[in-house]
Amino acid sequence: MAEQLALREYYGKTIVELGETNKDIVVLDADLSGSTKTSMFAKKFPDRFFNMGVAEQNLIGTASGLAAGGKIPFASTFSIFASGRAWEQVRQAVCYPRQNVKIVATHGGITVGPDGPSHQATEDVSLMRSIPNMNVVVPADAYETAAAVRRAAEYNGPVFIRLARGKFPVIYDESKTYSFGKADFLKKGSGLSIIACGLMVSIAMEAAEILENDGESVSVINMSSIKPLDKEAVLTAARETGAIVTAEEHSIIGGLGSAVAETVCEDEPVPVVRVGVRDMFCSSGSAEELLECYHLDSKSIVEAGRKALSLKRPTG
Amino acid sequence: MNFTNDIDELKEISRRMRIDILKMLHKSGSGHPGGSLSCVDFLVALYFSKLDHSPARGKRDKRDKFVLSKGHAAPALYSVLAEAGYFDKDELWTLRQLKSSLSGHPHALSTPGVEITTGSLGQGLSQANGIALADRLNGHDSNVYCVIGDGENQEGQIWEAAMTAAHYKLGGMIVFLDNNDLQIDGHLRDVMSIYPIKEKWEAFGWHLEEIDGHDFGQIFEAIENAKKEKEKPSLIWGHTVKGKGVSFMEGLAKWHGVVPSDEELKTALKELAPAGK
Repeated sequence: MAEQLALREYYGKTIVELGETNKDIVVLDADLSGSTKTSMFAKKFPDRFFNMGVAEQNLIGTASGLAAGGKIPFASTFSIFASGRAWEQVRQAVCYPRQNVKIVATHGGITVGPDGPSHQATEDVSLMRSIPNMNVVVPADAYETAAAVRRAAEYNGPVFIRLARGKFPVIYDESKTYSFGKADFLKKGSGLSIIACGLMVSIAMEAAEILENDGESVSVINMSSIKPLDKEAVLTAARETGAIVTAEEHSIIGGLGSAVAETVCEDEPVPVVRVGVRDMFCSSGSAEELLECYHLDSKSIVEAGRKALSLKRPTG
Repeated sequence: MNFTNDIDELKEISRRMRIDILKMLHKSGSGHPGGSLSCVDFLVALYFSKLDHSPARGKRDKRDKFVLSKGHAAPALYSVLAEAGYFDKDELWTLRQLKSSLSGHPHALSTPGVEITTGSLGQGLSQANGIALADRLNGHDSNVYCVIGDGENQEGQIWEAAMTAAHYKLGGMIVFLDNNDLQIDGHLRDVMSIYPIKEKWEAFGWHLEEIDGHDFGQIFEAIENAKKEKEKPSLIWGHTVKGKGVSFMEGLAKWHGVVPSDEELKTALKELAPAGK
């Protein structure tokens, strides 16, 4: 089994590295610095760390002002609060004026676990994706997280990076780089494409193996850049395999599945079957229990794959 | 553009700004005269006297900054920015029109001189704090000025930001509270009381100056006193009159978001004509 690393640890480490060389980098948190790992930056650079207390709207607003003053703010809290509580601040104070604010939201998705639905952000990607000027990233492992954070610091404009609480199997290594709008084909096949993001990328790899053992030829695409979406990669997948499954630790409404379906419907119609939280509030429980209970496991991706294959129009 | 401390000169600029505000709003057919007229004197005191600024200065240079948190008073800001030379005065007559550089509410990417995009109430003060923190990190001892509305005090984020400015000892923050006592639905005391103002802001750790918000002498004194505060942020509580300067608009909530008709504009301009003419 692959090594497992926590994405937020790599976020914390990376902003410290960036902070060493770039004095314009500042970090803000809303009383969750121990959990989001911004505490690592706070310890190293106390003068450039601002705790806003339990006040997420003010967190985003203050970050926007720091950006207006020439700084490169990274603002962190749990994704439910960053994307939900402060949505309008993100829209008005970050995206509309195109301020150079990086929001790194941790504890996204259902794998936050026992805290329950109040803390399970399953609409965050949808909420952020719908705002103009926003870039939305859902990294697949710790190394992609580090790469996306480094890229976000170089890029001038709003970025939302959604991390989860737990450890993810490692897919990449330290040499990983990140480009907005660029998907990664982890596997190339001819009969079915699984397009996934976040934790679901490694689960998609497991599902692909099961399907391959049954004789199917499967592509697996890491679409960590939800916005801008790599439309070329989606259309290539549609053309080359003729059937798509999407997999995300998020509602099937408005996230990766929607983005892929929108693209495919307009330019290369093929069946798209979405794996994700099916428009409901989930439950407390462990991450593993929740993934299985709400059909975010390899078995569910395999079933979705079979459905997509059955919907495929006969060729020729 | 010339800076002045002469109160008569500033009054004269205010008079002309009021005319520009009314003409802009009349031309655009929509917008907010009441709250523009109640805060314009403070803006005039800043842009033509107290604010360390110049249209020629770059974004990263040391300078004072201004945030109009009550963004619906955009016509007041646009009139002083044009007068100060940030853009051509003819632009004023395009307010709120398709593809105009003057949006219904201030937008930093559209209008030269606008520092911060506002319009959704409650958000500007947090952003002003962010600017003040950046100034501190940059080693600039500049001031950040902000105008908030009285109804805007009903927004929770104002109090989050008030707490933050005091916590981080942002002594360079000087905030003008435009207390015209009216909001869209009526008197503040009927809609949702924000009083007592003094006790609330002082309890949040702010230095407070209470003034007549249309009296330049009092505005100057309050700003000078605020500047002496090195750790506490300052609130200048300005008692103002909604629709100030136009008799039939003064003190009426209905002029929050209604613009003058042809006839009303004529009457208003007559009232605002220079003395003796």
